[in-house]
Amino acid sequence: MEENPLHPFELQNYIPISLGGLDISINKAVIMMWVVVTLVTLLMVMASSARKLVPGKLQSLAEILVDFIRGIIMDTMGKDGMRFFPLIATLFLFILFCNLLGLVPGTYTVTSQIVVTAVFAITVYGLSLVLGLVLHGIKFLPGILIPPGTPWWLVPLMVPIEFVSQVARPVSLAVRLFANMTAGHTILGVLFGLTISGGLLIGWLPFAFSVAMNGLELGIAFIQAYIFTVLTCVYLGDAFHLHGSEDHAH
Amino acid sequence: MDSAAAALLGMGLAAAGFAGAGVGIGFIFGKMIEAVARQPEAEGRVGKYMWIGFALVEAIALYGLVIAFIIMGLRK
Repeated sequence: MEENPLHPFELQNYIPISLGGLDISINKAVIMMWVVVTLVTLLMVMASSARKLVPGKLQSLAEILVDFIRGIIMDTMGKDGMRFFPLIATLFLFILFCNLLGLVPGTYTVTSQIVVTAVFAITVYGLSLVLGLVLHGIKFLPGILIPPGTPWWLVPLMVPIEFVSQVARPVSLAVRLFANMTAGHTILGVLFGLTISGGLLIGWLPFAFSVAMNGLELGIAFIQAYIFTVLTCVYLGDAFHLHGSEDHAH
Repeated sequence: MDSAAAALLGMGLAAAGFAGAGVGIGFIFGKMIEAVARQPEAEGRVGKYMWIGFALVEAIALYGLVIAFIIMGLRK
């Protein structure tokens, strides 16, 4: 077993392009992102171009998606959060379609590249910091570092703890999505490898298991997109309502 | 012990973290069954939080996998 289990995640450049030292080559991940963007845009444009009072199949699907995202925002941020609906909906649909399309054999899972998830996570966290500073001014910084109701003698202890917890937010947001996608596809790859090396006599066992794993991966693809969206809403909501009453999931 | 063997051992040890996630996932589903047995009408609402909790616990196990990958990258 000298085969590197991470081999399927390596990218070959189809068309190498270099722009002033910046590598913007076209590879499989880039093409997959184009496909995802095209699919999401087509779905939403086609669903909303011929709107009817009694929705057809496509319009129903789009309405369910929009309703679902609106539910997430209303639950975590309240009515103020609807301002961020375009951002949240774009993030959710992009990540969901990346995760789901990556399960089709022969395609590439864009979210299994940590650079993609890290850009999302840093953007979201940076936005929450900028938003908090704009809304609350400089008192936002002690606001997030000292939880409300902290006795004064605990402040030297709480500030480092809260600082670490704040720094961990973008890291865990990025690593969670990346690791889930990478691990799922690695497990599938190992199972298919066992199927081939097991032969007919015993190979059906890992193959049957890989079918079950594929079902689990479908669920994971959706849950991870959902969790990324919920945590984005929670972080943005924290910046909105400084010392809000809602408890946040780390 | 040469460093290649140590790296392999380290990658194996990083997988030990999965034990904690196993306990966590078992706990989540056990509590879910308990809650639904006690109050069957709450299944819809409790189920939503169960799946979020499941995914968060599973992600923590995968941090161990990331550490194994880092060690694999350092091995050369």
